[in-house]
This record gives sequence, structure tokens and C-alpha cells, in this order.
Amino acid sequence: MTENILQVKNLVKYFPVSHSILARVMRRTALQVHAVDDVSLTIAKNETLGLVGESGSGKTTFGRTVLMLERRTSGTITFQDQTISEMKGDELRAFRKKMQIVFQDPYSSLDPRTRVNDIIAEPLRAFGTRKDAEKETVKRVATAVNLPIDGLSRFPHEFSGGQRQRIAIARAMVLEPQFIVLDEPTSALDSSVQAQILNLLRKMQEQLGLTYLLITHNVGVVRYMANRMTVMYCGKLVEMGSTREVLEQPLHPYTVALISSIPQPDPTKRVKTMPVTGEVPSAVNPPRGCRFNPRCRHVQDKCRVIEPALREILPGHWAACHFAEEFISMDLPPQSQKSSSPPSKTLPRAG
Amino acid sequence: MDCHPDWVCTSTIIVKYLCDAYTNLREQQTGTISYVGRRLLLIIPVILGVTLVTFVISFVTVPNPVRAWAGPRATPGAIAALSARYHLHDPIYMQYYWYTVNLVTGNWGLVPSSGREVLSDIALFFPATLELAFTSLLIVILIGIPLGFLAATYRGRMPDHLIRFFYLGAYCSPPFFVALLMILIFGYTLRIFPTQGELSASLNFPAHITGMVIIDSLLTQNWPDFTDAVWHIVLPATSLSMLYFGIITRVTRASLLEILEKDFIRAAFAKGLGKRTVLLKHGLRNAMIPTVTILGVLLGGLLSGSVVIETIFQWPGIGLYLERSILSFDFPSIVGVAVLITLGVVTANLVADILYALIDPRIKV
Repeated sequence: MTENILQVKNLVKYFPVSHSILARVMRRTALQVHAVDDVSLTIAKNETLGLVGESGSGKTTFGRTVLMLERRTSGTITFQDQTISEMKGDELRAFRKKMQIVFQDPYSSLDPRTRVNDIIAEPLRAFGTRKDAEKETVKRVATAVNLPIDGLSRFPHEFSGGQRQRIAIARAMVLEPQFIVLDEPTSALDSSVQAQILNLLRKMQEQLGLTYLLITHNVGVVRYMANRMTVMYCGKLVEMGSTREVLEQPLHPYTVALISSIPQPDPTKRVKTMPVTGEVPSAVNPPRGCRFNPRCRHVQDKCRVIEPALREILPGHWAACHFAEEFISMDLPPQSQKSSSPPSKTLPRAG
Repeated sequence: MDCHPDWVCTSTIIVKYLCDAYTNLREQQTGTISYVGRRLLLIIPVILGVTLVTFVISFVTVPNPVRAWAGPRATPGAIAALSARYHLHDPIYMQYYWYTVNLVTGNWGLVPSSGREVLSDIALFFPATLELAFTSLLIVILIGIPLGFLAATYRGRMPDHLIRFFYLGAYCSPPFFVALLMILIFGYTLRIFPTQGELSASLNFPAHITGMVIIDSLLTQNWPDFTDAVWHIVLPATSLSMLYFGIITRVTRASLLEILEKDFIRAAFAKGLGKRTVLLKHGLRNAMIPTVTILGVLLGGLLSGSVVIETIFQWPGIGLYLERSILSFDFPSIVGVAVLITLGVVTANLVADILYALIDPRIKV
């Protein structure tokens, strides 16, 4: 049986919208941003789960809430069979060793006034490592991410974007965690550097047996890195399954639209894009019924009233659409030609 | 026309030497020393510019400079002597030359009403202003910055609202109003703090080492004087610093709030650091960068003394001296104080510049 490293049940995270006192008194109910609305998923050991969604879908908030960096509104988070969602203080800090995060922006995720070797060593100091062991570990981790060891006493602004992201990765790896949330790790980098970073992450996953939650808006990255993927829209999960199956046989109209927007370099294999019309819904006042209904080209009356639950349409493949079964037989743009993905070593699959 | 080839040659040589020094320092390209050195060298043209302005005010824009510098009741003999002393019959550029030489050598003029040297008067009054300025700075740093920190960490909650109400009120209230209010409450009604002067009339001043009563009494271990002087400085320093709370607390709060949104703060929490460590080490240290530079600039403002505060509290500083000089039409004293204030502001800005380069590693030095 696959061992699940992370289990999230009905996670909800709302942010209060602050109004003037007068508006709040008159309105009587406070407005909330429904960033994450009842999301449940599991991640197995050694797996990479790709979480895809557009900006504002709530995926970054989800990644942070799962690590307890934001206080959840409700729901349970279970890490290695221990419920961490209730924990606080020192009890929670002990788990920081096992779960880490790499942020999107390498320019604001490193303290500009701390030297790089201190940035990497700080997690060790927080948990009381001896000085000589600390130096050893910093050197080891820095070599593992291909950073120049003699340059470590400099400040972050003296490094390039790719190097800074590698510093962030080194910082995340230094406590030897088992689970890492990668929040758009390559979105702020040039494409040539992106490939380097992704390959580095894959190498480390193989060597250290890591589990990743990869959050991105770039479906190409998910295709390259993740063995399972899930699509998020307006705070809810709309599709979940193995990467290959979701990309070849999408069962939700939003997923279809996302996939059709992946650039294909081979002109003979390009397909007509199916653009999504309409605007991103407001997270403060999400649409009634299915949240995608204002923009869906297959919308029916039922969609505007009843919210579809995430249900298992095919084995291991879930979708939140009333008419998902009909998409199985529909003639959708072919996605099996993946010419742009470089030769990849297969990741160790659990189960 | 008198030609003075000597000073032309000397000045040219000096200027050339300074330019060379500047270029050398620049080419070194390494480290803070070259940066500080360059900053110091740049002070010289700034001060020359400053002296040009004060010269114009003192000698050119005044309709009758001789009368102004000699005073309204001067005898013809005195006028003749002063004309010679200030070279008032030389061509204008020569006057400027002699003016700068006089400034540097300490000849800032004679006070018409008392016959004393302006510089010795200033030397007498300036330490008290210095004392008041540093104490105000200390109050702003020790109270203003922690308040800004608290307001940012408790953002949106009651402590934040209270602190913002406080510093906004402090900033908007006129200093004289605050001063009078404090005198009324703490001086007369509650009778906690004394309200006039530097030291009680019953005590003797300590030995004159620096001129600042608190420091002198500390150095000579004169404890009764020390406690009395500290008690005396509380009300004036607090009134003076009220205005600056509005600036420093607000800037600290704003920059800390901005820093706390950044990813590296979240990363610090993810690393397992405790809340206090993250807020102080990563948050406040970065937020202090703009605060410190503003403090440096504010010090310039504090050093210029406050005529109003010093008059209300009868604090014997240059603000009080300026007030008396204005009332007795002592033109040289007024100009002397103006020069001092400008020098103080220039120095404070220099200090702020250097500090900024030292504490922010992102500044290419």
C-alpha cells in the first residue's frame, strides 16, 4: 500500500477583506476572500503532485497553508500520520525539519542583509547544530546545488537569479526534509535557467527520496516534473489524476482550455486553441453553482445552480463537472504528442 | 586693483591636490574607506557653496554692510576699524576670500551690543543645544522605534490604533503648544519636572569640560548636579521630540510592514525560527535602513535648535541666543548662528550618507 506523506481534508482558508468601520457596521457580515474552499487531497511518498491553476486560483495560499505558514480557517492537515493542523509553537516547529518550501521570487525570498552562508546555515542554528557540523553541512548542500563555495560569504544581491533560486533550494534542503512545497520555483527565471533548476530538483528528489508539491501555472513544467497533477480554479479542485491521463484525456472544460494553451513548437502538431471567454471570477463573491459556469462553453442550467462535487469518473481520475462523462467520448484536441519534453528518467513511482 | 598672485597660486595648488585625492580614492574602488574619504572630500565644495550663500546674505544683499556689522549705535571710529577688519572696501571677490579665511580662522565677527566675539558667544550657547538635540534623539530612538515596531506587529489591532493616534497627534500639534501643555501638566499641576533652565538656581554648574551639564557632572561625578540636570532636560527634550515621533514611528512602521510582506520572512518562519527572532533579526534590521538615514537628516534639524522650545523653557542654547540677537538687532550674531546651523545640517547629512552605505549591503560602495 502506498504510504501517504500528506493528507489534506476539507481545507478552507478565507482572508478577511478589511473595510472601514462604517461599512462593516452597515453591512453586518464581513466579506471574505475565498482563497481555498474545501480542498482535499493526498500526496504519496516520493511522488510529485503538480498543482496547476491561473493567478488568483488559490494555489499559492494552499501551498502555504499546508505548511502551516498561514493559519487555516478550517480543515485538517495530516503529515506522516500526525495531525499538524492543531499544533502550535514548539510542537509545530519540530515539523519544520521535515517540511520545507521554496518560494517563487528569488529576489525577495532571501534576506538582503544576511550573507548567503548564514542564510543557508540559519535553519541548522535554529535547531541547535554544532558549529563544525554546521559548516560541513553548508558546504555539502552548497556543492549539491552547484554553488561556488568560496563565494558564499557574499550577499544575495551579488548573485544571479538562477543562483539565488539555488540558494533558496539549498536553504530548503539543509534540514534534510521529506516534503517540499515548490511554489512556482521557476516562474521568475529565464527559460534556459528554468531547465537547470528543474533538473536539479529532479536529481535531488531521486537522491534523497523527496516528495514534492509543485505549484505552477505552467502546464509544461508539470508535464516534465509531476507524476500526478491536479487543477485548481477559484479555490476549488476541478480535476485530479495522473499527469499523463489528465493531459491526454481532460475531463473538465477548464483543463481542456489550459491544455490547449500550451505552446507546441512543431507546427504540424499545433492545434487550434480554445480560448476561455469571460473574466476571472471574484474570489470574494464566487459564482453560484459551478464556479466555472460563466466562462464554460458547455454550460447548462444545472451548472448555474448546483455545485458539482469532485468525483471519480475514471479509475484514479477525478473531475468536478456534472457532464464529465461526456467529455470522455468527445473529440478533444490530441495531446499525446509531447515533442518538447526532454528525455526524462522515470521517477520512482509508489504503488 | 590689488593683485594677490600668492593666494591664486596657493588656491590652485590646493584645489588640484584635492581633485587628485578624490580621483585616487575613486579608483581604489574597494571598501568603505574610499567611500567615506570621497564623501568627506565632497564636503568641501558643499561648504564653499554654503559660505557663498551666507556671504551674499551678510555682505551683498544688505544695503549698508558697514552699518549692519557695526551695529546701529557705532561710532565712526568703530566703523572705520570694522571696515578694515572685514575688508569692506576691497573688491567683492576679495571680500569673499577674506570672509572664508575669517570663517576658518574663527573670526566670525563682533557682537555690536556686547563687544564680544560671535564665536565665543556661540561656543558658550551651543553645548546646551547639543545636549538637548542628543537627548531628543535618544528619546525618539528609544521610544519611537519600538512603538513603530509594535504598531507594525499588531497591525489593525488596538495597539496599532493607539500608537497611530499618538504619533499623528504629536506630529500635528505645534511644538509650542505641546511644550506649554507639558509645562502645565507636569510642571505646575503635578509638579514632577522643573520647567526652566538647565540647572536649579541653588546649585553650581559643574566644571566646564564639554559645556554640556549632564556630561560634565557625570565626568566629575557630581551626582546632585547630574540628577538635577537630567530632571531639567526631560520636559524640553520630550517637547522637542514630539514632532519627530510622527516621522520616525511612522517610517519604522511603514517600512516594517513592507518588509513583513516579503517572502524571506515567510522563509524564516519555514526554517523553524521563532517569532521574535524573525521579527527582530530579519524584519527590524531591514526596516531600520530608511529609518536610520532619516534620523541622520533629522539630527540636522535638531541641531539647529528650536527657538520656540528654548525660549519657552529658557534653555540656554543657540535658539535662545538667536532670539535675543534678533530682539537686539545683533546682525553678526544672527549670521553666525545661521552659518552654524547650515554647517550642522551639512554634517548631519554627511553622517546619514555614510551610515546608509555602512548598514545597507546593497549600496555599491
